[in-house]
Amino acid sequence: MLSEKYEQEIDAILAKYPPDQKRSAVMPLLYLAQRADGFITKQAMNEIAAILGVEPTEVGSIVGFYTLYSDKPVGTYRLQVCTDLPCALRGADEFLEKLCENLGIKVGQTTSDGLMTVEAVMCLAACDKAPLFQVQSGEGLAYHENQTMESALGLIDQLRSPDAKGR
Amino acid sequence: MSQYILLRHREIPDLNQLEVYRKHGGFEAFQKVVTAMQPEEVTEVVKASGLRGRGGAGFPTGMKWAFTDKKSWPHYVVANADESEPGTFKDREIMEGNPFQFLEGVAIAAYAVQAHAAYIYLRGEFWKIAASLDQEISDLEAAGLLGDKLFGSDYSLRIYTHLGAGAYICGEETAMLESLEGKLGQPRLRPPFPPSFGLYGKPTVVNNVETLSNVPLIIARGADWYRSIGTDKSPGTKIFSLSGRVNRPGNYELPLGTPFRELIYVHGDGIPDGRKVKAIMAAGASSALIVATEEALDTPMDYESVPRLGAQLGSASVIVVDDSVSIDWVLHKTLHFFSHESCGKCTPCREGTYWMRHIIDRIYAGEAAWQDVELLNEVAQQIKGKCLCALGEFSIEAVVSGIERFEADFRTRVSDGKAAEIRAAMEMEIRNT
Amino acid sequence: MAKLVKLVVDGIEVQVAEGTLVVDAAKKAGVYIPVFCYHPKMEPVGMCRMCLVEVGRPVINRETGQFERAEDGSLNVQFGPKLETACTIPVSEGMVVRGFTEKVQRGRKDILEFLLTSHPLDCPICDKGGECPLQNLTMDFGPGKSRFIYDEKMHLSKHVPLGELIYLDQERCIQCGRCVRFQKEIVDDAVIGFAERGRGLQIVTYSEPGFDSYFSGNTSDICPVGALTTSDFRFQARPWELNYAASICQQCPVGCNLTINVRREDKSGGAIVVKRVMPRQNEWVNEIWICDKGRFAYHYAESKERLTQPLLRQNGELVPASWEEALNRVAEGLKTAGKGTITLASGRLSNEDLFNLRRLTEALDGKAVQYTNLAGGDLVPQVGVGLGTNFADMGAGTAILVVACDLEEEAPIYWLRVKQAAERGAKVIVANPRSTKADRFATHTLRYPYGAEAAIVLVLLNSLSAKRPDLPKEVHEVARSAEVQAAARAFAEAENGVAMFGSEGTSLTTSRPLAQACANLLIATNHVGRANNGLIGVWQSANTQGAWDMGFTPAEDLGAAVHSAQALYVAAADPAGDDPALAEALKSVDFVVVQELFLTETARLADVVLPAQSFIEREGTLTNAERRVQRYHPAVPERPGSLADFAITAHIAESLGLDLEDRNPQRVMERIASQVPDYAGVTYQKLAEVVDQWPIIARADLYYGGTSYENSQGLGVQLQPAAQRGEQIPLGWLQPSEVVSAEDMDLLAVPITRLYDRGRTVMPSDLLHQRIPEPHLVLHPQTAGRMGIADSSPVNLHLNGLVIPVIAFLDGSVPENVALVPRSMGIPITGPVPVEVEVLEKIVA
Repeated sequence: MLSEKYEQEIDAILAKYPPDQKRSAVMPLLYLAQRADGFITKQAMNEIAAILGVEPTEVGSIVGFYTLYSDKPVGTYRLQVCTDLPCALRGADEFLEKLCENLGIKVGQTTSDGLMTVEAVMCLAACDKAPLFQVQSGEGLAYHENQTMESALGLIDQLRSPDAKGR
Repeated sequence: MSQYILLRHREIPDLNQLEVYRKHGGFEAFQKVVTAMQPEEVTEVVKASGLRGRGGAGFPTGMKWAFTDKKSWPHYVVANADESEPGTFKDREIMEGNPFQFLEGVAIAAYAVQAHAAYIYLRGEFWKIAASLDQEISDLEAAGLLGDKLFGSDYSLRIYTHLGAGAYICGEETAMLESLEGKLGQPRLRPPFPPSFGLYGKPTVVNNVETLSNVPLIIARGADWYRSIGTDKSPGTKIFSLSGRVNRPGNYELPLGTPFRELIYVHGDGIPDGRKVKAIMAAGASSALIVATEEALDTPMDYESVPRLGAQLGSASVIVVDDSVSIDWVLHKTLHFFSHESCGKCTPCREGTYWMRHIIDRIYAGEAAWQDVELLNEVAQQIKGKCLCALGEFSIEAVVSGIERFEADFRTRVSDGKAAEIRAAMEMEIRNT
Repeated sequence: MAKLVKLVVDGIEVQVAEGTLVVDAAKKAGVYIPVFCYHPKMEPVGMCRMCLVEVGRPVINRETGQFERAEDGSLNVQFGPKLETACTIPVSEGMVVRGFTEKVQRGRKDILEFLLTSHPLDCPICDKGGECPLQNLTMDFGPGKSRFIYDEKMHLSKHVPLGELIYLDQERCIQCGRCVRFQKEIVDDAVIGFAERGRGLQIVTYSEPGFDSYFSGNTSDICPVGALTTSDFRFQARPWELNYAASICQQCPVGCNLTINVRREDKSGGAIVVKRVMPRQNEWVNEIWICDKGRFAYHYAESKERLTQPLLRQNGELVPASWEEALNRVAEGLKTAGKGTITLASGRLSNEDLFNLRRLTEALDGKAVQYTNLAGGDLVPQVGVGLGTNFADMGAGTAILVVACDLEEEAPIYWLRVKQAAERGAKVIVANPRSTKADRFATHTLRYPYGAEAAIVLVLLNSLSAKRPDLPKEVHEVARSAEVQAAARAFAEAENGVAMFGSEGTSLTTSRPLAQACANLLIATNHVGRANNGLIGVWQSANTQGAWDMGFTPAEDLGAAVHSAQALYVAAADPAGDDPALAEALKSVDFVVVQELFLTETARLADVVLPAQSFIEREGTLTNAERRVQRYHPAVPERPGSLADFAITAHIAESLGLDLEDRNPQRVMERIASQVPDYAGVTYQKLAEVVDQWPIIARADLYYGGTSYENSQGLGVQLQPAAQRGEQIPLGWLQPSEVVSAEDMDLLAVPITRLYDRGRTVMPSDLLHQRIPEPHLVLHPQTAGRMGIADSSPVNLHLNGLVIPVIAFLDGSVPENVALVPRSMGIPITGPVPVEVEVLEKIVA
C-alpha cells in the first residue's frame, strides 16, 4: 500500500493543491507509484483513485496519455536516445543504431539480463548537446549529454555493476 | 554594460546560490513591488517595457496581465517550463543557471495579478531541475522572500513545481492547465482565454520561463532601459537556441533584431566541413523552412522581419540544415514528431498527422511517385485552418514550405517506376468500375 | 427571459436567446449543420471539426461603437479567413452564417475523408448501418473515394467488452468523446475514459467491474457510429427491419417513455419479437435517457416461463382448463364469498386494470387492498407536485428534500433529474441514515438513525417553528446541529419546494408518518398547490400512484387481512413468494384466484390461475410519481391463451351481472374519467398530444446523430392536486412510530431497495445476471468484526424464526449494528426487525 509506505510524501504532494482540487495530484502520485514498483500497477491506480476521490479509469487514462509512465514492467534502466530533428542532424540516429548493435538488441528491446531497455524518444531539450540520452530508473531521470559510443558503453558498464544506484 | 539580461550566470559565478543572487540585487525588485507599488503599477511598467511573450506567440506580456479578470478570484500564475519544441533548450539553462531570477519573475507576476499561488509546470524530463527549484523555493521561504505576509505587507505567495510526464502538447497553455488539473493534456476551446478562465476555472496568467525571467530587471532598471535594447517593436534580448549543423550550437542571448548570419556564423562559428546553409528553421520543428539565401541570412531575427521570409520567429529555436541534407528527410523527422505528439482530440490533427507520416515514410523510402508528394501537400492544406489548437497547424508548416521551396529534393527522391505502377493500378481500377 | 439575438443563417433570419450556439440557431432556421462530437445535452468541445461554417460578423466602427452600414443601410459584415466551428460559437447580433457554401462543403469533405482514413468501412456488417450519422454524412458530403491506402489503416480490436452490457469496436470509434462526456458530465460515473493519444486515442475502462453504470446503454444511443453496441442488440437486426411501438417503462415510478423495436423473424418461429428497447423523448419525464434496467429487463415479458392457459385446482393439483371453465369457477367462488372477498393488487397493473378490479370489488362489497409497503399515496392527490411540474425547470430558487431514499437505486432517472437541478443551483437536502450517491450533489446532508425518518422531517419543521417538543431521543442531537438549521432555512426560503420520500429502511407502518411529515413540511412552508412544488412518493412500482388513485389502499396488517378473507383475488402480486408468513395466511383462505404472468409461489397455492398479458402485448395507462398519466401501446401480438388484466376482470364481472368494459382500454379510461374526479378530462386523445420539444431529435439523424426516438405518440397528462384547485389542505395529525433503535439490540435488519433485484420482472433477463447479487446483507466492518464475519463470507440470517443462508458484505457507510437487507432478494423483510447472524466461517486471526 502506497498510503502506508509514503504517507508523508503523499501528504506533501496533496498540500501543493487546493483541497477541493486533489485531482491535480494524480501526476506526482503516479511518479511515486512508478518509483515504488518500477511501473504503474493496477493496484496503484486503484489506490491513487481512492486517495483523490476519482474513478480508477480517470487515473488509468493519464498513464496512457503521458509517455513517461508505464503500466508494464520495463528494464531496470531505460536508455532513451533523442532522435528528433536537431539531434538527428548531429548524428543521433547513427548513435542509436550503434548503441543497439553493441548491446545486441533492437530499438525498443531489453537486454537479456533485463537491465537495459533502449528506446528512441522525442525532443529532450538538449539539442546542442547531441547525441544524448536520458536514463530512467528507480532513481529518477538522468541526462547524459555529448555522448560518444565509448562514454555510453562505459556508463552502461557502470550501471551493470551490482552496486549501481537505481537497481 | 553586460550583454546579458537572462544568462547572467555566464558572467556571475554561483548565481544559482541565493546569497550570490541577492548580492547582485536579487529580490530587491520583488520587495519594491510588494512594499512600494500597486499591482496595476507593476503591470503598467511591464506594458511600457514592450516585453513580448518568449514562448512563441510574442503576445505583449503586460497586456496579458491586464486582461486578468478582476471579478473572479482567486487568481493564479502558471510558469510554462514545458520546453518541448525540438530545437529549444533555453528555459532549461535559465532554470539551472539563473533560477532565482526566474523565481523572482514568477513572484512579481503573481503580485501584479494578486495571485497567492503560482505553479511552475516543468516537462517530466526536468525532474532534477524541479528538485533544485523545490530547494530554491524553500531557501526563499527560509529567507522570508516567499511565504506569508511578505516584507511586512498583507501579501502572501507560495510557488509550487509540477512535473509533466512526456507530452509536447502540454506546452500549449490550455493543455497545460488541463494537465495541471490532473486531466489528459488536451487543449481547451478558446475563448475563454486563461486570463478569464484558467486553472480551476479561475483567472490565470500563463507565461514562459524566459518571459518571466525578464521581469525583475525591467522592474529594477525601468521600462526605458529595456526599450533601449532590441528593436522598436521587439524590445529586449532573446535567447536564441542554435542547433543542427553548426560548429558551436548553444544558447545565445542577443538583442532581438540580430541577423541570422551573425548568429550562425559569428556565434555559431559557421557550418562544419565548410558546407553551406541550405535551410533555416527559426521556430524549431514548428517552423516553415526558410531558404537560406544571402538576403535571408541578413534578415533581422525579430517578430516583424522573420514573417517576411514566409516563416515565424516563434521561440527562436534556430535549427540549421546544411546542403548535405535532403529536405524530405527533414519532413520525415518532423512528421514523426508531430504524429507522435498529436493529442488526438481534433480530427484533422489526429488523422492528418498520421496520414502525412505514412506518405512521407513512403517518399523517404524511395517508394513514392510524384503523386505522393502532391498528396502530402494536399493533406497538409486539408489540415490547415481546421485544427483546435496550434499543434496541428504547426505540423504542416515544414511540409508546405518544404515542398514548395525545395521541390528538387522531392523530385530526386520519387521514382519514375513508381509513377508508372500507380498509373497502371489506376487504369486497372477504372476498367473494373 | 434571456435577451434575444437576431442573425441570418443561409439567408433565413432567425431570433434566438443570447448564448445559443450557432449550430442550434441554424437548426431553428431549418438549416442542419452536421456534427459528430456536439450533443445538445452536453457542453460543446469542438473536437470533431465537422460543423465548420463560415461566420461573418458586423464591423463595428471604432469611433462610434456602432455597426458600420453600407449606403443601403445593410450591415457591413466581415467574414474571417478560416472556417469556424458552429458548435462552439455563441450567436451575436447581426451575425451571418453560411452553412452550405462551396468552402464549407469542401471543409466537410475534408473532415470526412480524415475520419474515414481510420474507419473500417464495415458498414455491411455494422449494427449502426442504416441509422449511422457517419454513413449518412458521408453520403451527403463525403468523398466518393479515399486517397488513403487501405492497408495503412490502423487495425484495432473489434470486440472489446467494456462491461458485459456494452461492447466497443475500437476501429469504428471516431473519438468524438460523447460517451466519455456522457458518463462524466451527465451521470457522474467516469468509468470509461480516453487513453493513449494521437491516432492511438482509445476508449478504455480501468474500473472494476468495467463499464458498470446504471446508465451505460445511453452511450450506445448517442454514439454516432457503431463503436458502442449493447450486448442485447449487437448482431441482432438491421435498423431498417425494425418496426416500433411507443411504450412506458414498467420498472419504477418515473415512467420513462420508451420505443420498443420489434421485428418478425424466422429464428423465433415466425413470431414478432422485441429486438431492443430505446428511450423516447419526453423532456418532462426522462429527456432522452433511460436506465439499463428499463432498457434490458424487458426480456421477462417474452419469457418462456409465461403462463399460457388458465389453471384450475382439481384433486389438489393445478391442471389446465379453458377460459370459460376458469372464469365460471372464479365467478362462483367470489359470489359465494361476497363481502368476504379481498382483491389484492399492485402498482404493476395499469389504471384500467385497477379500475375494473376496484369496480368488481365494490360490486361484491369486498375490500380492495394494495400490495405495497410504502404509504402516502393518498396524500399525493392532495399535496402532490402541481400541474406543470418539470424537474427541468428546477434550479436556483428551488429546494428539493430527498428523505429515506437511495434515489439512484430506487429511481435512477429521478437521481439524474435532481442532480441536474442541483447543477442549475437548486438546493438539495439529502436525509438518509447512510451515504448514497445523491450526497455527491447535495447542498445539505442529514443523517439520522434508521427508524427516525419521520422524526428527521419533523426536526426540519421544528427548527422553523418549534411546535413539537416530543421528538424521539434519537434525533435530539441532530436537531441541534447547524446543518439542520441551514437545511430547514434553505427549504423554507426557497421559492419552490419539493419533497421526495422513498423506502430506505421503512415499513408500511413507518412510511405513513414519514409521508405525512413531508406533507406537513410542504404545507407549513407554503410549497403546495403550484407547479414545481409538492410531494413525490418514490414508489416501488410503476403505477403505485395509479393504484392509490383507483382506490386501492394497503392493509395495516396484510397477514390478518388475508386470514380474514373468504376469497382472495390476487393480481400482479406474489405475497407467498415474498413472505412465508403470508403463504401460511393464504393457505387458510377458502378460495384464491391469482392473475399473473408467471406461476408464482402464490399462484401455486391458488384455486384458479389466470394468465395475464405483459405490457408489450397490450395498451393501458400508468400514473407516475409526479401524477403524469401516460399511455403505452402494444408492440407485439398478444401471447395466445392470455388476456389483458382489465379484460379478465370484466369477464368475471360479466358472470356476476356487472357491466365492465372488456375490450377497449380506451373505453375504460372514459369510465375512469367520469367516475374518478381527479381523472376528469383525461382521454386517450389527450394523452396522445405532443408539443415541440428541445432539443429537436431524430428528424434528421444526421444532425444530432443519436438513435433516440422523437415523441410523436404523446407526452401524457399531468393531474392537478387538490391544493392546486384551491382547496385548503390542513396539517395532518401524525404519530411517528417508535424508533426501533439499533442501539438497544445486537443487530437491526433494515430493508433497502436495489435497482437490480431478484424480482420476476428482472431475473428473466440473462443479460443482467452478472449485476444481480446473490441474497445478501451488508454490515459495517466494525459490526462484522465484532461478530467475526469476513467480507463476502456466507452466514445464516435468523429472521422472524426463519434461517436464510446469505452472503455478508462489508461497507463502511452502513451504520453500526445495522444489517442492510435488499428487498426482492429472497429475504422476507418488510420493515426494520431485530435479527441474528450466524457465522459459518470464522475469520482466521
